[in-house]
This record gives sequence, structure tokens and C-alpha cells, in this order.
Amino acid sequence: MDKDTKIATRQSFGEALKELGEKNEEIVVLDADLAGATKTNIFGKAFPDRFFDMGIAEQDMIGTAAGFASCGKIPYAASFAAFATGRSYDQIRSSICYPKANVKICGTHAGVTVGEDGATHQMLEDLSLMRGLPNMTVICPSDDTQARWAVEEVSKFDGPVYLRLSRAATPIIYSAGTKFEIGKMVQFGEGTRATVFATGAVVSESLLAQEILAAEGIDIRVIDVHTIKPIDREMIIKCAKETEKLISIEDHSIIGGLGSAIAEVLADEYPKKLVRMGMKDCFGKSGKAMELLEYFGLVSKNIVEEVKR
Amino acid sequence: MESVDELKEKALKVRRHIVEMIYLASSGHPGGALSITDILTVLYFKEMRVNPKNPKDENRDRFVLSKGHASAGLYAVLAERGFIDVEELKGFRKLNSNLQGHPDMNKIPGVDMTTGSLGQGLSAANGMALSAKLDKKDYRVYCALGDGEIQEGQVWEAAMSAGHYKLDNLCVIVDNNNLQIDGTLDKVMSPYPIVEKFRSFGFHTIEIDGHDYEQIIKAFDEAKTIKEKPIAIIAKTIKGKGVSFMENQGSWHGKAPNEEELTTAMKDLM
Repeated sequence: MDKDTKIATRQSFGEALKELGEKNEEIVVLDADLAGATKTNIFGKAFPDRFFDMGIAEQDMIGTAAGFASCGKIPYAASFAAFATGRSYDQIRSSICYPKANVKICGTHAGVTVGEDGATHQMLEDLSLMRGLPNMTVICPSDDTQARWAVEEVSKFDGPVYLRLSRAATPIIYSAGTKFEIGKMVQFGEGTRATVFATGAVVSESLLAQEILAAEGIDIRVIDVHTIKPIDREMIIKCAKETEKLISIEDHSIIGGLGSAIAEVLADEYPKKLVRMGMKDCFGKSGKAMELLEYFGLVSKNIVEEVKR
Repeated sequence: MESVDELKEKALKVRRHIVEMIYLASSGHPGGALSITDILTVLYFKEMRVNPKNPKDENRDRFVLSKGHASAGLYAVLAERGFIDVEELKGFRKLNSNLQGHPDMNKIPGVDMTTGSLGQGLSAANGMALSAKLDKKDYRVYCALGDGEIQEGQVWEAAMSAGHYKLDNLCVIVDNNNLQIDGTLDKVMSPYPIVEKFRSFGFHTIEIDGHDYEQIIKAFDEAKTIKEKPIAIIAKTIKGKGVSFMENQGSWHGKAPNEEELTTAMKDLM
């Protein structure tokens, strides 16, 4: 992990989208008046004919994307996660997921790491909402490399995708060009004291915790869960069998997100206690991204404490 | 098919299918299916460039039934036009049938968009019209909205988009039968004046009697001459049109006829 080079996954998303647009003429991009913040403006500048600003109208954006998809286009529809998924949930359900429309919904500014904008803009329920929808694939990249991979990878199959991205800059975890597989978690370390399942912006915090603990002679493993759905059942069961303690951590509500997805598999296959770290059924608040992660107990030191508890 | 007499004969058949399908299913929405029947008949038998042998032809005209609960009307027209087997209509709304309660584009040939949750179809139609422009294709997109449906805010987001992007290859039809489940439109939540609303969103508007074939045909012809603007045809219609005891009765929005009512309806539709 390169702790010193930090990039927000929304930035990686914007740049990768432009690269994808160069390779694939069927890509169209829709935004809802946030192109500068979601970074779709990078695509918009390069391909003005294939970029559609739909104004502050997320429901219409999602419906329009469904129409594009029915004509063979591959639409990427972006807004802040709160609006992309919350405002237009029924549109995603009825016009995208039920007809299996080939639409890639991109929610940037997910989680409390949005920072200063506060609770209305900090989406903490999107994984829960999107994961519950049939036909939906849910991906939450942890760094620049993974976000770039995800942007292109999801264009290769026909079907709805929710891509969850962050506003805050986070360390680069993977070397450029690393390949991943949808639905396959990435394992860091072989430690048996605990498994920390993490997704998105807090994977780097988990890796920091792993380092701190290793220095104290405590070996844990960290699992980067970039695909929330379909969930990698085998990896969950393997870690449940091989490690003493199970912890999940997410910049999202502990209801319905990563922790719930893992708990469901454990309940089905290998009942075992799971500590779910995340937003404890509450809204966020204003502050700086890092301050908020600390305030809500989602940084490396909290993970270290939880492992030792 | 060209002549008005032939179209009327087709529409009569379609209406009989609608009533029978809903009777057999003991479920469905006859009122709004019957009010849009004449417009659907003109669209599929005269106006639209479609090919039942190749329902997914990429150059075909598209139709989005945004008021998806009028599915019986759409399926009956698709059957008469040869997209689906007329026998299949008997399975409407039943387990193991493809004819779902509301239109499903993946199960039914000829259905261009999945609809059912009101207010969403126009956005999808816009996406299709924008695709045509992007690909420099000349197909046209038609979208039927219910008059109650336009109470949904998304309809006006979509209307704004259609005007903004100057979608002159898009033709909206508002089935203005003036009745919704809870009563007449003005009593429940008035969307009037409808014509002025669409006009102010940048549409070219045409007002017609939605059961007058000369007017329906003329409106579609006029629509094709309009440049740089989407078109909205506001069609005054009668809910339950053609079945004496259903006409202008809100109670027939979502109710199936019993055997006796079926017999009366079939006599009306001779």
C-alpha cells in the first residue's frame, strides 16, 4: 500500500470512464448536474455527443438510461450515491433491475467520508438498497487501481450494476493494472487471530490496523470485499473456519450492507459470531472525512481495539 | 392496413379480446385499456414501422406504454398484429403465462419497454429517442401516458428533458379519459390544463378526440412534420369506451366482468 499517494475513487472513475469511452463507442454517460463532482465531466469534455446532463432530475436520468440501454447503448448514470440510489430507487427497481437493463449506476460521495456536506449527502444505506434488488451486481472499489478496473470490467457484461465510489482521497493499495474478478474477494495475509472484512474507503484503514497488530505479534488477515453482490461465500466460510474472530467494517450502515451480507452467509453455512463495524443505525454529520471516520469509530485504532477485545 | 373501416373492425376485435382476457383472468384494467384502444390500433396497424417477424429490428419505431396497466390493450393489439399468438391471450395474468399483469419487454415480443410503476415510461422513451439521434437513425418513439399518471413528478422531469433535447422524433399521447381510481381528475388532483403544461415544456401540442380515426391519423401525420420539438397529442377519450356499462365509470378501472357482464359487453362489441 502506498500511503502517501492518495486518490479519490471518483477521480479514478472519471478518468477510467474517458478511457473506456475511447475504446467503446456504445458508452454513454448521464449525470444530474454534478458532473464536476462526480468527475463525469472528464468524459463529457472528451465526448460531448455521448454525454447527457439531465439536470437535477435523478429519476428521469435513471429512466432515460433504461431507454438508452434498450437501444444497445451502455449507459453510465452518475450522481451522489444518496440521490443516484435513494431518490430514484423505484426507477432502478422497475426500469433497470426488473428488465435487466444494461445500466451502470455510479454513486459517488458514498458514506460519511463525504465530509462537510453532512447527513443529507452522506449515503449510508445504498448498499442495503441496491443489494436487495434482484439482477443487481454491487461493486465498491477500495482504491484507484480497483476503481479503474471496475469501470471497464462492468462494461463487459450485460446487466445492471451499482458502482459505489468515494469522495475522499484514499491510499493506493494495488499496483497499477492489477486484475480482479467480480465476486472474488482479495485476501491480505494468512493471520488466524482475526479476519477483517472491509469494503471501499476503509480497506486501507484495515490494512493499517493489520500492520500495527503485526508489530505487536498479532497476525490477522484483511479481506477486501470489492464485490458486495454476488458475495464470495467460499471466502467467508474459509475465513470463518480458519480464524478466531470475524469483523466486518464499512463506511455504511451496519444494517443491510457488507456486515449483513457476511452475516447471512454465516447464518446459512457456518454460524459464528461477527462483529459489525460501521454506522450504527444513525445518520452522519458535518466534519472532515478523517475526523468523521474517527468520530464514528471506523479507523485503524478502532479495528486494533476490536481485534484485541 | 389503411382504411378507417378496417381499422375500426380491428379495434372492435381488440376490445373483445380485452374484455375476454380480463374476464378469464378475473383481474385486470378494462377502463384504461378500452380508452386507448383506438390509438393503439392506429399506431400498430397504420402509423408505426414494426415487423412482427423481427420484433427487435433496430430500425423499428418504438412504443412505450407508460400507463402499463392498460397491458390488456397492448397485448391484444400485438396479438392481432402477429407478434404473439391470439391463443396466448387466454393466459393473461396467469401463472406460467408470459403475459404479465404489466408489460414485460423480456417476456413478450413487441413490448419495447417494461412498465407498470407509473410515471417512468416517458424517461425511457426519451432515452430511445436520444439513441436514435446519436445513431442517426430515423425511427420514431411513441409513448402513451395516462392522464392520472401525469400527476407523477417524473413525467415533468422527462417532459423537460424532451423539450430541452428537442426530441422531434418523440410523440407523446395523453389518454385523457378524466378518471383515475379515486375519482375524476379534478377531484383527486387536477393536472389541468394539460395542453398548456406540455406546451410550456417545449412541446408541439395537438388536441384530438381519441376515438375519431380521422383525427388520430391526422395528428400522427402532423407530428411527423414538426421539427426541433417533441410532440404531445392530448386525446380526449372515454374510459371503458365501447362497453355500455363501463363507459365513464371509474369503478371499471381495475375490475373484471362476471359472466353476465361479459355477455352484455360482447353484445356491445358486435
